[in-house]
Amino acid sequence: MTRIKILVDGVDYSDDVEPRTLLVHYLREQLGKTGTVVGCDTSNCGACTVLLDNSSVKSCTVLAVQANGHEVTTIEGLAIDGELHPMQQAFHENHALQCGFCTPGMVMQSIDLLHDNPSPTEQEVREGLEGNLCRCTGYQNIVKAVLAAAAAHRESAPGAVPSGGST
Amino acid sequence: MIPAAFDYTAPESVADAITALGSDSEEIKVLAGGQSLIPVLRLRLAAPTLLVDIGRIRELGGITDEGNTLVIGAMTTHAEMADSELVKEHASLLAKAVETVADPQVRHRGTLGGALVHADPAGDLLAPILALDAELVVAGADGERTVAAADFFEDMFTTTVGENEILTRIRIPKHTGWGSHYEKFTRVAQQWSIIAVGVTLKVDGGVISQAKVGLTNMSSTPIRASAVEQALVGQAPTADTASRAAAVAAEGTNPPTDTNGDANYRRHLAKVLTGRAVQAAVSG
Ligand SMILES: Cc1cc2nc3c(=O)[nH]c(=O)nc-3n(C[C@H](O)[C@H](O)[C@H](O)COP(=O)(O)OP(=O)(O)OC[C@H]3O[C@@H](n4cnc5c(N)ncnc54)[C@H](O)[C@@H]3O)c2cc1C
Ligand code: FES
Ligand code: FES
Repeated sequence: MTRIKILVDGVDYSDDVEPRTLLVHYLREQLGKTGTVVGCDTSNCGACTVLLDNSSVKSCTVLAVQANGHEVTTIEGLAIDGELHPMQQAFHENHALQCGFCTPGMVMQSIDLLHDNPSPTEQEVREGLEGNLCRCTGYQNIVKAVLAAAAAHRESAPGAVPSGGST
Repeated sequence: MIPAAFDYTAPESVADAITALGSDSEEIKVLAGGQSLIPVLRLRLAAPTLLVDIGRIRELGGITDEGNTLVIGAMTTHAEMADSELVKEHASLLAKAVETVADPQVRHRGTLGGALVHADPAGDLLAPILALDAELVVAGADGERTVAAADFFEDMFTTTVGENEILTRIRIPKHTGWGSHYEKFTRVAQQWSIIAVGVTLKVDGGVISQAKVGLTNMSSTPIRASAVEQALVGQAPTADTASRAAAVAAEGTNPPTDTNGDANYRRHLAKVLTGRAVQAAVSG
């Protein structure tokens, strides 16, 4: 067992983990944050995407011990006092999900995308979501949602960059 | 799946990491960004008994300008290279290749050192490092040694880095003002190269004065397309020159046959992509 200290969705945790524990399993099984899901065994699908120090990573491809001393934001840390994060709101309004399994990862990667590039073109949105697979939507409404979130953000706070969530 | 159990240590210096690699655990592996190693552990294709995580060693990070040389620490991530003005200015072929690697999440974690030591023949950073005539600095119990990129890759998934050694940094002679292009062929998004061609060249007074061309996945290691280089040097940067150079792109190659295509198909692709890459490199 190795002791790790980690800030998840704004809360400090200190836990003993086996070194082989994947970050996604630590989040789901030790912290009960089941909002982050596992969709594949090959690091391809992106359903497990979280922000590690404000950069998107596939939490199935990071060991919990590697996140020791760092800050993680999951889909569960986005809404503040029950109010959806603007990206969640944009997914909701644009019908950007069907079964919803890819959605936690899609939302987290979309936040990372706008953080890097607040005014992406449609092509840039598609490329920025290259590491996230969706079996239902055909991506059309997901791309629409990300473009809508970018536009909404430009109207509400020109010049500012969308935040990574509660932390 | 969950990896088999292993011990873990995260040293904070190269010296401590080398000591850890020399310890008597049965099978010891270096962990860098984990973007190749963790998938392998998860599928239990490897089951090391000790992982030495080099991700906390500060001296392995950073991109620095040392006169005629650009020095990139082995733990520099793909994303850091893609964002670096120094890399864009002095090693533009590497900057362009790195943008084609995997997806944003993988680029946030995967490192240059990891990509080179992993030495997947389809890896996109090997041919550019070879074409740019980089030198690789490898540290071990007896100190450091410097290896030319041409001597670094020994076979697929095999490099000159020994079990008790660490690749610490990559020294790239500056290619300031050279045009470049990395032409990667894939069928779907977020795919490894079926093959790719990296070209960097210098045009002086209307003539190609120097040209370096590396091929990805056209052999078990990255290779230089020497015939293409010779066909370019001394010629005007025209479409005609590009097509004459492209015609010899498959010379000396030994491409694999797999579900993505057979060897002949890859030879055909090498010619087509070389033509495109040369044309694009001439214009930037
Ligand atoms: C979904 C997906 C898609 C990908 N697509 C591409 C692609 O299109 N093109 C491409 O080029 N790559 C691709 N990759 C691989 C990616 O580039 C990896 O980041 C890279 O191959 C390994 O880097 P790493 O830092 O993650 O190394 P790790 O996975 O940590 O290590 C890889 C190997 O190198 C050894 N090692 C690492 N660093 C050192 C060092 N400094 N000294 C000694 N040994 C070391 C480790 O022991 C291990 O054996 C993809 C990966 C994934 C998960
Ligand atoms: S579960 Fe992490 S990429 Fe699929
Ligand atoms: S909504 Fe079902 S996988 Fe994307």
